[in-house]
Amino acid sequence: MSETTTNGLLRFTTAGSVDDGKSTLIGRLLYDSKSIFEDQLEAIKEASTQKGINGPDLSLLTDGLRAEREQGITIDVAYRYFATPRRKFIIADTPGHIQYTRNMVTGASTADLAIILIDARHGLLEQTNRHSFIASLLGLRHLVVCVNKMDLVDFDEARYREIVQEYKSFSSRLDITDITFIPISALLGDNVVDKSKNMSWYGGSTLLHHLENVHVGSDRNLQDCRFPIQYVVRPQTDEHRDFRGYAGRIASGVFKPGDKILALPSGKESTIKEITLGDEKLEKAFPPLSVTMTIEDDIDISRGDMLVRMNNQPDVVTLLDAKICWLGEKPLNTSSRFILRHLTNEVPAKVTEILYCIDINTLHRNEENTMVSTNDIARIKIKTASPVLTDSYRKNRTTGAFILVDPSTHLTVAAGVVG
Amino acid sequence: MTELYNLDHLTELEAESIFVIREVAAQFDRPAILFSGGKDSIVVTHIAKKAFAPARIPMPLVHIDTGHNFLETIAFRDNLIQDMGVNLIVGSVQDTINQGKVQEETGNNASRNKLQTTTLIDTIEENRFDACVGGARRDEEKSRAKERFFSHRDDFSQWDPKNQRPELWNLFNGMHAPGEHFRVFPLNNWTELDVWNYILKEKIELPSLYFSHERECIRREGQILAMSEFLNLREGEKPEMIRIRFRTLGDLTITGAFESEADTLEKIIEEVAATRITERGGRMDDKRSSSAMEDRKKDGYF
Repeated sequence: MSETTTNGLLRFTTAGSVDDGKSTLIGRLLYDSKSIFEDQLEAIKEASTQKGINGPDLSLLTDGLRAEREQGITIDVAYRYFATPRRKFIIADTPGHIQYTRNMVTGASTADLAIILIDARHGLLEQTNRHSFIASLLGLRHLVVCVNKMDLVDFDEARYREIVQEYKSFSSRLDITDITFIPISALLGDNVVDKSKNMSWYGGSTLLHHLENVHVGSDRNLQDCRFPIQYVVRPQTDEHRDFRGYAGRIASGVFKPGDKILALPSGKESTIKEITLGDEKLEKAFPPLSVTMTIEDDIDISRGDMLVRMNNQPDVVTLLDAKICWLGEKPLNTSSRFILRHLTNEVPAKVTEILYCIDINTLHRNEENTMVSTNDIARIKIKTASPVLTDSYRKNRTTGAFILVDPSTHLTVAAGVVG
Repeated sequence: MTELYNLDHLTELEAESIFVIREVAAQFDRPAILFSGGKDSIVVTHIAKKAFAPARIPMPLVHIDTGHNFLETIAFRDNLIQDMGVNLIVGSVQDTINQGKVQEETGNNASRNKLQTTTLIDTIEENRFDACVGGARRDEEKSRAKERFFSHRDDFSQWDPKNQRPELWNLFNGMHAPGEHFRVFPLNNWTELDVWNYILKEKIELPSLYFSHERECIRREGQILAMSEFLNLREGEKPEMIRIRFRTLGDLTITGAFESEADTLEKIIEEVAATRITERGGRMDDKRSSSAMEDRKKDGYF
């Protein structure tokens, strides 16, 4: 194993029920990339025998909590890791049932790519649409549609083409441009890691080959300079008496020493003196690096503020148009007060209007239904007590995302995207 | 052009961990880093140092001392504290026993691993910590695969795995009532191999126990345990000199050693990459039942 991988990190999400073969697919990726350890495999074999199943039940690998093992369902997001010499992968494995929409949203929020599984015998199901829509809503740029269980339809090309057509006519309504289709059999391994001998009619790459090579670097926004201040470093030692460093993670854009910057919301101008990471001085900083910047002038900047470029500024607003996924147990109450957490800022907020709910199976807007319950997706208007610095989520997945927190229970009750 | 903006995955993981640690310093009043002397907590401390440079780490290190320590771990800890100029707070399991709060386990498999939880919770309460940063990773064990970065603990330090706050993007919700606290895991997305590769890349110093050395050990149930005054020998067990190293460092009585010739970081990485047994496979504490970790975590364990 080399010290580092050549293509960096890929975060992807999978959704679906055990019936789709999702767990088998993940098991196959982990197993064929040699990421399952002997003692894990032993434990699974033992548990499978106890349940009277022949051979290892690979879904037991991804069902981590006792309640889930007992009930045989997945009720939360589980994270899995594997690596090949080319890339390290983080899988957010989420259940696909409608009552778990919030888990799918959670898994998709940090993913670069989503794998959609379709059972070749059944074609598109509500769940397929649901997962595809959530991937689109959460701004994922890449989808891989795996038509699974090809072995059960005699590796029939016509059946595969039919499903691809059906999916394409559905996905034209989505906001995702890079969609790749792969016919697979997760159970037998066809086109997962190794090329299928049963589908010579398929000329594309295997799933793993695609995951290793899909280019996500250009998904990062390198144009709009946004540096949200997370923490102010003040050593107050003799050696660094007057040092004031602004620490944070670059949300987007490229920053260099000597760049003219503007601090928001104050509107004061200055110039970047130095950018450091630990003891190391950097010539440039870009997402997703965490760095510390010093500036030439002594201006008042604190957590929640943002450094940007004069000619390219975010929206400074107290009224937000947003889509939310409601995560709370009780329906959204417009008379409630919330805390809106956005970047490194938290501000009191209230929901002033519920415009419509979206039926995530048909993508229809339902303007009659303004009752927002758990797992619902809705378009709303929010008013904040002080200005927030946002961009539309489509343009910027970091500055366009927020959560709502219920100040009485401290629970996270909504995930939102601006625009 | 875009090539210039590619990062290797270790740099990306480091950036995420720095963000998480800074978020702890910003959101909490009385945070601390749980320091066991093991490689993961050493890496967390290293990342914290980078996160706040050139200032000192703005939170103390907390060591829960079982009294059953490797001498090397304690010497290493004391050196590190001095180098970094941070405060050290020690919670002693022996004190918890002396106060009569817990009963020492007896018998052949006796260990203080479970007792640590009481000492840890007491230390958190006494110091009114509202966030404890730890080095646990999701790849270590199946119930940990669902851990959050910010993991809520109630007034009794309990973890409720079925009722966790959803965690979206990098927006960490650290709001809590008085008496509650958070466990925070900046290394959640790292694997064991990532940790080792990072240690090599950053030239981080480790206790000598991680490297191959001759040590007096016994063999028990397919495992090798280091000899010490705290280990109760069973009938027929005889100490012998074996060339070993440790893959994790916990309480002396439960940390399994294994035979290894790997005496450099490069050799360890080669060995870890080739090893087909998970890291915690050598720990007696996890072997008690298949939900052993989940049960201990619910009670407030690390």
